[in-house]
Amino acid sequence: MSATSLIPNAAALPGEEWRLPSRGRVAMFCLIIGESAIFTIFVVAYIFYIGKSLYGPTPQQVLEIPVFGTICLLSSSFVIWLAERALERNKIKLFGAFWALTLALGVFFLVDTGFEWHTLIYEKGLTISTNLFGTTFYSLVGLHATHVLFGIVGLTTVLIFTLLGKVREEHCERIQVLALYWHFVDAVWVVVFTVVYILGR
Amino acid sequence: MADQTFPIGGTLDLTPPRVAKETFLEWIHGWVTTVDHKRLGILYLLYAILFLLVGGAEAIAIRIQLAFPDNHFLAPDTFNRLFTMHGTTMVFLMGMPFLFGFANYIVPLQIGARDMAFPRLNALSFWLTAFGGAMLYYSFIGGSGLYGVGNAPDVTWWAYAPLTSKAFSPGHGVDYWALSLIIAGIGTLGGAINIIATVLSMRCKGMTLLRMPLFAWLMLVVSGLLLITITPLTAAQVMLTIDRYLGGHFFDTQAGGSAVVWMHFFWIFGHPEVYVLVFPAFAIANEVIPVFSRKPIFGYPAMVAASVGIAFISLGVWAHHMFTVGMTSVDNTFFVLSTELVGVPTGIKIFNWLATMWGGKIRFKVPMLFLTGFLFQFLIAGLTGIILSIAPFDWQLHNSYFVIAHFHYMLVGSIVFAIFGGFYYWYPKFSGRMMSEKLGKWHFWLMLIGFHVTFDTMHFVGLMGMPRSIYTYEADRGWAHLNTIISIGGFVQAIAVLIFGFNLVWSYYKGKEAGNDPWDAWTLEWSTSSPPPVYNYAVEPEVRSRRPLWDLKHPEDPDWNYE
Repeated sequence: MSATSLIPNAAALPGEEWRLPSRGRVAMFCLIIGESAIFTIFVVAYIFYIGKSLYGPTPQQVLEIPVFGTICLLSSSFVIWLAERALERNKIKLFGAFWALTLALGVFFLVDTGFEWHTLIYEKGLTISTNLFGTTFYSLVGLHATHVLFGIVGLTTVLIFTLLGKVREEHCERIQVLALYWHFVDAVWVVVFTVVYILGR
Repeated sequence: MADQTFPIGGTLDLTPPRVAKETFLEWIHGWVTTVDHKRLGILYLLYAILFLLVGGAEAIAIRIQLAFPDNHFLAPDTFNRLFTMHGTTMVFLMGMPFLFGFANYIVPLQIGARDMAFPRLNALSFWLTAFGGAMLYYSFIGGSGLYGVGNAPDVTWWAYAPLTSKAFSPGHGVDYWALSLIIAGIGTLGGAINIIATVLSMRCKGMTLLRMPLFAWLMLVVSGLLLITITPLTAAQVMLTIDRYLGGHFFDTQAGGSAVVWMHFFWIFGHPEVYVLVFPAFAIANEVIPVFSRKPIFGYPAMVAASVGIAFISLGVWAHHMFTVGMTSVDNTFFVLSTELVGVPTGIKIFNWLATMWGGKIRFKVPMLFLTGFLFQFLIAGLTGIILSIAPFDWQLHNSYFVIAHFHYMLVGSIVFAIFGGFYYWYPKFSGRMMSEKLGKWHFWLMLIGFHVTFDTMHFVGLMGMPRSIYTYEADRGWAHLNTIISIGGFVQAIAVLIFGFNLVWSYYKGKEAGNDPWDAWTLEWSTSSPPPVYNYAVEPEVRSRRPLWDLKHPEDPDWNYE
């Protein structure tokens, strides 16, 4: 009794091909939509509070455009695409090289942000509690940096598996799903960069 | 039963069941580590019932306090904590877990899938939600740190700034509120992602989007809505936590921050959240009403479009909670109009349900009784909503008991009624046994009477000017008798809910054997055994219409000739 299963009349569906979207991709797109909503709230807060700090320091006085980090992060999106392509063509070594380069670029970005924050905190006296600008700046840029950090954890995991020789062509789709997240993190940086370093100054 | 009527060779797993009975520890271990969507669904539902009882007990304490003028049953600060916890519990720990419980159990069965798309994510989501709830309630003992008396959050469930700042809310009550909801929110996000991936990527052969049961459609829409509504709350609570722990100034008016920004962020979450809670009710109505009216749902494409429409419009109505804040008249007008616009797709839904019942051979079993109550109360809740959306009227009645009555008509009269209906409808599938009809009828009628005694009367005290969130009132206000009546109604509802709880337990042991398809229903979940085997379907089903079981039972007149 408990093991029965009644299947409705499978009246054959002649020649109908049954294709469904990949669940990994669907889930990653959903995650990206959800994350976008979080970033939207932080970006809106940032824009709303531009110029509303009652005391200094102001963005004009302390912020410098992080050219190096931005170049690193944005180019990593291109490099990870090269890695995806290499894996599609079953060139595992090339894939590993591009993947490692992506990871390095991500790490450079984080290190660059770290130096920027160090300068801001210890030389220019801006902390998260200094003023409204500090609060919104560190939380928005920090939120993005946290996402880069999560991306780096993912990238590192894949790199370790690559070095152990476990990554093969059939993992292409999973790798592409992870790459989607990395592209998203890059795209968010374009928004954050525009809002914080161009509009906000 | 049905399996003798339709024997299909080769689809049955005839492996004999395990002989050795599992020990108690094995049983516990099995439930804690489970990744089966049906077990997780049941865990979600039990969790929701637990918090329905807890939140209900809080409501009863509140009603005892308010039953008489100048009452001292509760201290003022306890009262504040109780209504904060009541609201937070009912929204986050009762409403949403019911949603996920039903979605988890029913959706994979309805779309002919083996499990959810990500079973382990599913388990993670449940346990995050569960620990979020546990953490919130831990605040009762740990809210002031580990020393001193505990304090639960006492800032209302919408937690307006600047009351939530360190200066006005010392201790850790607010921190528990924010952190536990961030954790539960991550669980919710995981659950929503899982449902979307399941519905889009796990459908059995032939189950196109427009052949999918409306229940699955509604769960898809509500999950999509959750993706973009629960996350703003998480963002806002992260900001609040930054303010409280790191000395940030997001909502600190002394440093240029704005308290109104919190209101916007909260209600950008908070209003769509109401639709998040009501969509499962729609989903249940879409299954129960056609089956008990013996007619296919009227206007299937219109129902799908209306659901998507409601989700879309609900994202642009949040500031109708803020008419008294002092927005510009342009803003006010926009939010009045957008709020009234919600009435159009919801109206379509109500008319379609009525049209489904019209001319049908209605069987008033307990599920249908509850869903009929749902229809009536949902209509009234919608109408008072339209009334409240008119800004000048809202200026009069903002934060009065009229508003409380309005949204309890939605939350209790519509959502909880539909959830009860859903329980009576799917309980045979969950457990293999029917719930007692007799107890069910007692439950329904007491619930209906108690509900109307409480919440109809609440409209009047609201119109007489009684504000919400007050812990007592003077005798000469003229609200005393009505409040006593409201409280009596609350007790009647409590008795009804206890009967329901008793019925759940009693029927599990003593209920009538249900068989696979006790209601003669049409969706795939009724084709498998009750309760379904772990693998759901031994052979992947194929469907050719919206009512696969109708096609199976009536091969001479299948639905696909008409779709």
